Amino acid sequence: MRLNYPVHVRIIRVPCTGKVDILHILRAFEKGADGVYLVGCMEGSCHYEQGNFKARKRVEYAQRLLDQVGTGGERVRMYNLTSGEAPLFAQYAQEMSERILALGPNPAKLAGAARKAKAAGETAGRGVA
Amino acid sequence: MGLDGEEGDFTAHVVQHPRFVDLEKCTACGECAKVCPISLKSEYDAGIAQRRAAYKRYAQAIPGAYSIGKLGQSPCKVACPAHIAVQGYVNLIAAGRYREALKVIRDENPLPAVCGRVCTHPCETACARGKLDEPIAIRDLKRFVAEWEIEQGEMDLPETKPPRGEKVAIIGSGPAGLSAAYYLALEGYGVTIYESLPVAGGMLRVGIPDYRLPQRILDYEIDYIKALGVEIRLNSTLGQDFTVGQLQQEGYKAIIMAVGAHSCLTLGVEGEDVAGVQPGVEFLRRAGLGQAEAPGKKVVVVGGGNVAVDSARTALRLGSQEVTIIYRRTRKEMPAYEDEIEEALEEGVKIEFLVAPKRFISQDGRLTGVEVIRMELGEPDASGRARPQEIPGSEYIIEVDGALASIGQEPDLECLDDTCRLDVGRKNCLEVDEVSLQTNLPYVFACGDAVLGPATVIEAVAQGKEAARSVNALLEGRDMKQGRPRELNPVEPEKIDKPVKARLHLPHADPLKRAASFEEVLGPYTEEQAREEAARCLSCAGCAECMLCVDACLAQAVNHDDKPRELDLNVGSVVLSSGARPFQPETMGLDFRYGLNPNVLTALEFERLLSPAGPTQGHLVRLSDEKEPLKIAWLQCVGSRDTNRCGNGYCSSVCCMYAIKQSLVAKEHAHGDLDCAVFNMDLRTFGKDYEQYFLRARDKEGVRFIKSRAHTIYDDPDTGGLRIEYATSDGQAMEEVFDLVVLSVGLQVPASSGEMADRLGVKVDKYRFATTDPMTPVATSRPGVMVCGSFQGPKDIPSAVTEASAAAAAAAGKLAPARWSATRTLEMPAERDVGAEEPRVGVFVCKCGINIAGVVDVPEVTAYAASLPGVVHADDGLFVCSQDVQEQMKEKIAEHKLNRVVVASCSPKTHEPIFMDTLTACGLNKYLFEMANIRNHDSWVHSQEPELATAKAKDLVRAAVARVSTHRALPQMKVGVNSRCLVVGGGVAGLTAALSLAEQDFEVVLVEREPELGGFSRQLTHTIEGADINAHLDRLIERARDHDNIQVLTETVITGFGGYRGNFTTEVLVGPAMYERKINHGALILATGANEYQPNEFLYGQDPRVVTQVELAQRLEEPDGAEGLESVVMIQCVGSRREDYPNCSRICCQSAVKNALHLKELNPETQVYVLYRDIRTYGLMEDYYTEARQKGVMFIRFEQDKPPLVEAGDGGMKVTFTDHVLDREFQVRADLVTLSAGMRPRESEDLWSIMKLARNADGYLLEAHVKLRPVDMASEGVYVCGSAHGPKLVTESIAQALAAAGRAATLLSKSELELSPVTSRVDPELCAACLVCIYSCPYGVPRINEDGVSQIDEALCRGCGICAAECPAKAIELSWYEDEQILAQVDGLLEGVM
Repeated sequence: MRLNYPVHVRIIRVPCTGKVDILHILRAFEKGADGVYLVGCMEGSCHYEQGNFKARKRVEYAQRLLDQVGTGGERVRMYNLTSGEAPLFAQYAQEMSERILALGPNPAKLAGAARKAKAAGETAGRGVA
Repeated sequence: MGLDGEEGDFTAHVVQHPRFVDLEKCTACGECAKVCPISLKSEYDAGIAQRRAAYKRYAQAIPGAYSIGKLGQSPCKVACPAHIAVQGYVNLIAAGRYREALKVIRDENPLPAVCGRVCTHPCETACARGKLDEPIAIRDLKRFVAEWEIEQGEMDLPETKPPRGEKVAIIGSGPAGLSAAYYLALEGYGVTIYESLPVAGGMLRVGIPDYRLPQRILDYEIDYIKALGVEIRLNSTLGQDFTVGQLQQEGYKAIIMAVGAHSCLTLGVEGEDVAGVQPGVEFLRRAGLGQAEAPGKKVVVVGGGNVAVDSARTALRLGSQEVTIIYRRTRKEMPAYEDEIEEALEEGVKIEFLVAPKRFISQDGRLTGVEVIRMELGEPDASGRARPQEIPGSEYIIEVDGALASIGQEPDLECLDDTCRLDVGRKNCLEVDEVSLQTNLPYVFACGDAVLGPATVIEAVAQGKEAARSVNALLEGRDMKQGRPRELNPVEPEKIDKPVKARLHLPHADPLKRAASFEEVLGPYTEEQAREEAARCLSCAGCAECMLCVDACLAQAVNHDDKPRELDLNVGSVVLSSGARPFQPETMGLDFRYGLNPNVLTALEFERLLSPAGPTQGHLVRLSDEKEPLKIAWLQCVGSRDTNRCGNGYCSSVCCMYAIKQSLVAKEHAHGDLDCAVFNMDLRTFGKDYEQYFLRARDKEGVRFIKSRAHTIYDDPDTGGLRIEYATSDGQAMEEVFDLVVLSVGLQVPASSGEMADRLGVKVDKYRFATTDPMTPVATSRPGVMVCGSFQGPKDIPSAVTEASAAAAAAAGKLAPARWSATRTLEMPAERDVGAEEPRVGVFVCKCGINIAGVVDVPEVTAYAASLPGVVHADDGLFVCSQDVQEQMKEKIAEHKLNRVVVASCSPKTHEPIFMDTLTACGLNKYLFEMANIRNHDSWVHSQEPELATAKAKDLVRAAVARVSTHRALPQMKVGVNSRCLVVGGGVAGLTAALSLAEQDFEVVLVEREPELGGFSRQLTHTIEGADINAHLDRLIERARDHDNIQVLTETVITGFGGYRGNFTTEVLVGPAMYERKINHGALILATGANEYQPNEFLYGQDPRVVTQVELAQRLEEPDGAEGLESVVMIQCVGSRREDYPNCSRICCQSAVKNALHLKELNPETQVYVLYRDIRTYGLMEDYYTEARQKGVMFIRFEQDKPPLVEAGDGGMKVTFTDHVLDREFQVRADLVTLSAGMRPRESEDLWSIMKLARNADGYLLEAHVKLRPVDMASEGVYVCGSAHGPKLVTESIAQALAAAGRAATLLSKSELELSPVTSRVDPELCAACLVCIYSCPYGVPRINEDGVSQIDEALCRGCGICAAECPAKAIELSWYEDEQILAQVDGLLEGVM
């Protein structure tokens, strides 16, 4: 359907959201991502039965960790949709992007930015799904 | 089309329709659809959205290529002598795409401005819209668009081919000569036109007066042609100033004679040579040259053609006061254009019909009058027109001082000399070959009026173009007649469902004013008018052949000359799966306001409205006014269960469920509260677990189910919705307004399928469903021809998919020896070990035509890729997936010794396998590969931000390069497959599955726990159709016992089970001795069956006069079985559809109907009462229900909360029930009460736990996917059939058993299985045996091995990676998704951010 969504989003393919490790999420923030979200199947219709439930738990765990370190847990989210719901995919990308823009850049990056004075064009979040 | 031969050796004759797009070349980029000007109703969206003529049916279509929907050629195009793609340019004008519209015209006609004024427009005469209201104003639209370019002030010149040496001379600069010159110039020839007059244009200049064709228009078009390099030499007369011989000497390779027909025919009447009498053509020529004066004060014009009318009107404009046309026939026969005649009359020209000149009278050498004679029409002459005959004595004299004789012209061939002796034929016209227009001299061609005699401009243009094509072919040494003339198939739209809309006419100048000058008579369209008029086009041919897609397709995949292909296929079996179509309510005259009120939709239309991929992207709004509906009604049984209005007596089986689904989805999509009401007679949720779905809709979601057929529906003007009048079940009259009404249309086999069946010799029933036998449900009447899906009978997806596998198994039965005989194996080079090498990455960036390159700066991305670490080669390509670029990729892999490859293009979902194959073909492991999706994830979705999209493409490429560098070669694992199948259960299903597999040449072990084979079916008698179940069972058992491939083990219990698909081991105890045995097998089929429910209600078991349906059926088989049964009461839903057992048992309604009919057959006097909640005789069984009612069986509905009361009495049983219509209690006496007891699965708790089989709440085995894998269990290699899966009829069990056999055969027929190497592995050094993997694996694959650490069997692992993510020690890695690899990609994406 070629629906437009924010250009800051970068997608990483995994066989199932159940494969997404807490390490992967944290690494993204360590490297300067402003937000990370997972897009999985609808709950109850995971191709691998429980993968998206595991993913949701990990996202919740990541939220707690990020809250503790001051990055902010609301920078991580889990979305669920079916493969036929392109408009919803675009809507979620938009929603996530707006949320991140409102939150501002990853605090870890601000520290880095003090060192490296600029990063042209890197205004908003990079999402990893 | 036809089927010869017999089972095992058929020849099937098929016609493959042209697609017009080469599947091999199409990259599904969609550019063709973007440029296509034709908008048609999308079949996929049930007509509620539009699609282009170049289209992809739906996003997930397989093959994923586009196609062009072409019904033939539009009548306008066929009628046009130049075959312009009229429908194409009309639609382009409607879309405001004028430049392209002009291009489409000029592809076939270089004189759009001229023809936009003077064309005789045969296209309009043929226009299909003429049958509805008025033809499209095609000529006027052409004029509009040509004028648009003139106003723009810039000629949009086409690209010509590079100049070539050969020169061509054209004699004559009329429309034929100009047209020939234009098309030759396009081909790069040097073209010179020789014109004898001092002006160019031929008859356009000197035959057509300015008030019809202004000079500036003609000048513009001639200048346009000259701008392509065509030279026009004026005042050069052939035969006087030069000869054909001289032209040849000057190096002209071909000559086109386009000399026109300028010589006037004479009347042959006395006094014709007197001054004042002049030929009309000569008069017009002088007028065109500005040299004419008024031919007299009172002028007579002789003739009825356009020259006559033009002469008359020109005379008026030059000052003649009275102009009279005399014509010897009537107005009906007059060859001049109707419009022109009308305009002439308006301007004051008089016409006398049935009058011919006898002689011209003169005085002093000056004309004074003409003697004329009256005529009458006689027999038709050679031209088909009535021959005029003089009426003797009717002569009279008209006083005139000027006369113009305009009775026809012929070519002037004085110019031909010895160097050019051309054959001359009828009416002094040049003789040419019909197709090539070649004369008797091979290098001389002729066209236009010189060949045709005086004809139309468009015919001259067409011939000029054809002559140019011939010359081009001749000079290129090709066969001039190749592919000519093109075959055209005019379409005739059957019905036109468009509202009437009148044609917009061009404004006419005031007749009196215009007759005084040569100003143009017709005014122009405004832009709005033109687009409005163009939008009236019906696009009746589908594709308009405007050829814009040909230019747009950079992959050169479009071929408009594609032809239907007739193929003869040598096959052993045939499977028919042509399906059914939704019932069309408008065809039957059913008054649901469908087609009249836009808020009445068919269920399929509503389905599209709900679809996220539909026209509203799933937003639930009314298409008529974009309002969100608050109340929606579904009307069930539209086109089903209705013998009166549409003749479809059957139940379509699917509508109740889809209506419930739609109501639930609609509620989900609605933003506020949505009221959903389903009007039904019986709610038929008879499938596995369907009843629970219905209960959820009714009880949890509040969908209203109204037991009523809506009797009157009319528009509600206040809301735009519909007012429905109906009666409730207790007889109250109700009225409700709904915003939307959905018609739950049934399924119907199209007439074309019935015709196909006839051609194939396959019998169909009165509804056109293929006839099958209850015991062979997928075999048609013709041996070797199978059927599946709704062509066999209305059914839902699970049943259709099941039957599909069944048909495959049945088809394969006789073909076993041919298995693998037509397979070819691809030889691949040995794999290169690159483990020790440093990464040498090659990056290939795809432009995808303009799909990527139109947004992303591909060269920049490529250059960037080349600069990345590890990259030794970067390149881009127009379509990297195309055959030629793939070959180049192979060369580059070898040349640069690449050991990793990144393709930056589109989705790995569609294209990864193609590129992986290329790696394999180069000796590289296919997992040393990564894709960067810079199309679907970038150019397509960020088209508004090209710079940011380019930056993102670089990020994606960088991440892919970083990741691929960490990739390792993964070995392709293979395991052998044991070709034996274990079938558990020896009933009809198990026996059928075993026999099917045995026939397909597989070994089968059939185990049955009882001493005898047969299962529950032993207790059954006949199917509702009358087939003898026991006799069939006996045959099955005999065949199974006799078959060499089948081993039957009775009294056998299963004690152990292990392994994985292809390699299972089952341990059994075989009775009666109970010896142990191990069976190795590759597949497992479960056919453990079900039983009839043993009721404990309604006095069953306490009173012998209360029996079950199975018992009644058995009793009726016995002699005098119906003896003494004066009154029988049947009670439905016993043990089904109740709180502790909510599901429907599917078969009981038909059992009741079957037994009721049997009772009536044995004793028509027997009173039979069926107390029911919903009668669920789905599919074709509805006919038996109808028959039962006709035979007097009483069907009485009761509510679940008011069940009947059964009491024992001396004179018989007493049954008390409440009639819901009368709301009254009734009591009947019954000799026998029959309980429609439902079904219960076999209790086999040990088996389920030994085999770890999932079951639903009722205890039936749970399939892997209800719709898509209905006979597969979740564990691979395990299949289920028969009533172990859910209640079903014997016929359905047989189909399902065949399906299970078919599914098992797909596994058993393989000698080995390729296992995906994308599986999890445990590093034993890191494993702490914490068991997290064991708990987290959805399939129970990991186990703790002898060494005390976790081990994952790669044959069983599905590759989800859940264990890897859960493992706290990080001891598990999923190959190809290793942490290092994902992190490399994350780092790559975020490089430079910090």
